[in-house]
Amino acid sequence: MRLLTHNMLASNVKGVTNGFPLRLEAEKWAEKEVELNADFLRHMFSKIEWKALAGAARAVGYGELPDEADASMLDSEDFLRRFHHALLEIHVEEGALVCPESGRRFPINKGIPNMLLHEDEI
Amino acid sequence: MLPRTAQIRLVSCHPEVYEPCDDSFALVDALLADREHLIKHQPMLCMELGCGSGYVISSLAIMLGELGSGVHYFATDINPDAAETTQATLKAHGLHAEIVVTDVASGLHKNLAGMIDVIVVNPPYVPTPEEEVGCKGITASWAGGENGRSVIDKILPIVDELLSQKGWLYMVTLTANNPSQICLLMKEKGYASRIIVQRSTEEESLHVIKFWRVVVSNDSPRSDSWFSQFPLKLFSRSSGST
Repeated sequence: MRLLTHNMLASNVKGVTNGFPLRLEAEKWAEKEVELNADFLRHMFSKIEWKALAGAARAVGYGELPDEADASMLDSEDFLRRFHHALLEIHVEEGALVCPESGRRFPINKGIPNMLLHEDEI
Repeated sequence: MLPRTAQIRLVSCHPEVYEPCDDSFALVDALLADREHLIKHQPMLCMELGCGSGYVISSLAIMLGELGSGVHYFATDINPDAAETTQATLKAHGLHAEIVVTDVASGLHKNLAGMIDVIVVNPPYVPTPEEEVGCKGITASWAGGENGRSVIDKILPIVDELLSQKGWLYMVTLTANNPSQICLLMKEKGYASRIIVQRSTEEESLHVIKFWRVVVSNDSPRSDSWFSQFPLKLFSRSSGST
């Protein structure tokens, strides 16, 4: 699971109103090089919840993202490289995503988060 | 020439995961038939709902390969075995998609709303008793409830939410699903539709339909010509594939 996906996932448990961002508990992760595509990054920037991305990156030991970001920073190659690395090159292999409101844990196994709910949570 | 679809020998299998079959091949053939349009469309995010073996999403990623690092893929399945099988199939082809185990796009669709440029779906379309819908294991891959429409009718509003303004949907349907009525439903949501592939086998007659958003302008009423694609005789015919 890339941090891009972490940024798109929210707790879907019945009754939860504030299910984002999920707290990332990473036990095992890997870094895999991906070709940087500036157009993709610029397109995605406006859709990304920056604080959630920076927080998830810190959870896997990557502290190179600024706490806040605005679109003017996309002109900086250095910023794009950091954004790219955090968004696409870090893969969480094992761990969990935790609902900030209910504490419900969604496991991540073999890089795949499992968002399936029990019947009483739907 | 390089392969333009996923290779069957590289597709993983599991006893509880639907193997590529006529419907999967029809969907991939439809994507291939529309490949040039897809390339020009330059999607940034593509998604498969119900990825099963991973044959379809892998094929899509291969045929859009020339778009390089500018396109990313999501795939979901309610069956954890299918998610792992898809991952193995992608890996065998040197591809990557972000895979999530979930019911259609639960937990994803709010944040991904309006962002997906291409969605592909081979839904559970087989008419079955309602209680078989969403069962554990491989049953979930085909059990479609009454007229095979239970899951399709659940998927369509989610697709509408996920698709970007330029978003396209490719979906497999069976004649028993009443595809012309599905197209009407989607028309009400502002989509035009076209049959890309029609294929009849001994057991079933399949259509792969493409849906896209129509920009409505007040002074030019939308054409109704789409309906002419669905003459009734077309559904009763059992000729070979197109």
